[in-house]
Amino acid sequence: MKYILLMSGTSAGVEAYRAWSKEDIDAHMAVLRRISLDLTESGEFVATQGLAGPKEAKVVRGEKNGVPATDGIFPESKEFLLGYWIVEVPNAQRAYAIAGRISAASANIPIEVRQFATHEVKSQ
Amino acid sequence: MTKQWDATCEHLLRELAPQVLGSVARRFRDFSSAEDSVQEALLAAFRQWPQEGVPENPRGWLIQVACRRMTDQARSEIARRERETAVAAETENVASLLEIEADMDPDDTLILLFMCCHPALSPSSAIALTLRAVGGLTTAEIGTAFLVPEATMAQRISRAKQTIKASGTPFRLPSPQDRAGRLPTVLHVLYLIFSEGYTSSVGSHLQRFDLAREAIRLTRNTKTLIPDNAEVAGLLALMLLTDARRAARTRPGEELISLDKQDRGLWDRVEISEGIELLTAALAKGAVGLYQLQAAIAAVHDEAKRAEDTDWPQILALYELLKRVSPGPMVTLNHAIAAAMVHGPAEGLLLLRALDTDPRLATHYRLASVRAHLLEQTGDYEAAIKHYRIAAARTTSIPERNYLITQAARLSGE
Amino acid sequence: MKYILMMNTMKAGHGVPEWPQKDLRAHIGFMMAVNKELHERGELVSAEGLSFPDQAKLVRAGKDGRPVTDGIFPESKEFLAGFWIIDVDSPERAYEVAAMVSAAPGSGGAPLNMAIEVRPIMTGPPPDML
Repeated sequence: MKYILLMSGTSAGVEAYRAWSKEDIDAHMAVLRRISLDLTESGEFVATQGLAGPKEAKVVRGEKNGVPATDGIFPESKEFLLGYWIVEVPNAQRAYAIAGRISAASANIPIEVRQFATHEVKSQ
Repeated sequence: MTKQWDATCEHLLRELAPQVLGSVARRFRDFSSAEDSVQEALLAAFRQWPQEGVPENPRGWLIQVACRRMTDQARSEIARRERETAVAAETENVASLLEIEADMDPDDTLILLFMCCHPALSPSSAIALTLRAVGGLTTAEIGTAFLVPEATMAQRISRAKQTIKASGTPFRLPSPQDRAGRLPTVLHVLYLIFSEGYTSSVGSHLQRFDLAREAIRLTRNTKTLIPDNAEVAGLLALMLLTDARRAARTRPGEELISLDKQDRGLWDRVEISEGIELLTAALAKGAVGLYQLQAAIAAVHDEAKRAEDTDWPQILALYELLKRVSPGPMVTLNHAIAAAMVHGPAEGLLLLRALDTDPRLATHYRLASVRAHLLEQTGDYEAAIKHYRIAAARTTSIPERNYLITQAARLSGE
Repeated sequence: MKYILMMNTMKAGHGVPEWPQKDLRAHIGFMMAVNKELHERGELVSAEGLSFPDQAKLVRAGKDGRPVTDGIFPESKEFLAGFWIIDVDSPERAYEVAAMVSAAPGSGGAPLNMAIEVRPIMTGPPPDML
């Protein structure tokens, strides 16, 4: 079963993170890289991605004439996605264990765990 | 003299792969390294043969390349030691090549099958290893088939081989008694490969390897190697009878078409004939197992010219047998559907009540969707709509979700 | 350049859409057509849907290292329903695709006008956040 593990934060949170010492940030990056390597080793890794900050984010809606209307406003307090891991594991418990490890490595911020929907059809 | 590379050559390579692996593994007494070497030989063939043509002795070519890799590896390990040893290994190698080629055991593919479907392996590991070592697929192909990166798939296979190594399994056929005990695992792995291929063929725009066809090919080969086994024949029959409906399961622009609404003109009559022939022969052998029963049910569906011609009493009888041979919540669910078709929806709904207390099924989407379907048949549309929507929210399958939401909408009358 | 397009359109406790059959078919067909077009143009990297929010969990590490899960989210939270990863020639094309998706038909055939979040995906050195 595939799961996506979502790490989100707020602008305030990201600013606080940026204020960490270089050593602490490097150490954090190293732990996250280690987690991805371990997941490849265990045959569970599907993908991981870090996302650019909200300054490069746009929220788009379709206007009636088809022209995209964009606005890039992320209120200070609004949560946005920082990055994610996608893993393939035999059950939800294993997905939670991996998420727990990511959380522990990241000042215990909560990781949202969501199962992928599939294109499978069991019947017929 | 070489032959031009064409569409049949890929198939040839895959057929040769387990034969080559058997020879090399037995010779070097190292299944794990031999398997890596054969994979590399296959990749080399895929690269070179389209340009240079297919060699006159393709198997010999593959064995040669695989052996070279094995000895290169061994050589780099002993390179620190005396040169004589390396030279000796080289001369030994030339003689071995001819011996290895001649030393081919027709049971090799079967040995590999039992090895790869080892009970100590998780299903996903056994599937990956079987597809590579027995199926001759490349790691990249298997990765694509399961939508997983190649490096991840390579690791799954590597770990699977470590597990097998740790189990101390020798490279030979299990004893007849052991074989009987191990065969169910082999068949289960093959069935899982088929299921994965068949169930993911709906609505997918991605170019994925046809696992269902691959499972049928591997099961055919297994049947050739174990010709008198009713369950192997039953499994092959089940796959053919199910695969026969493939073209009718979807329409462009629509996701899922239920069995009762499929255009039966699109069913593959050749596959159905073969499935029924295999099944008939298997049933004549006496003992009736899980795959034969499932195949028999599929055959009853496939023989009906129109949905309304389906012999539901026969299907019900088969599910009653299946409940005894292989009881479980899904079988109970399917039995309830068949009972409803024979005795009316109220009977089916009554049988479903037993499942409400089964923790494995109580929150499963299929319980809700079957209940919805039966409620619809009793005319209780409001309850049916409610349960279609509950099922839709529970399922993780997009085609199922779309189908269930649409059923609810249909009943809502617009 | 790669972008992720996210539909953060699901709320907890809200069930499946209850539109008329015709509108559901139009919506499903529209989404399938979008994926087909993106695939044919060589722009589609992946398109995924997620299971419903009532199955979502928040996970933290517990004191003994075991994960602690809970399913409690703010009522107003907009859950990720699905996402596309596309590989396109320009940011404008990414916004164009997002606008197309945003205008998917809903109830009564009217465009849903969903808010689609568009974020660039790094292929180079890791960003300074992750």
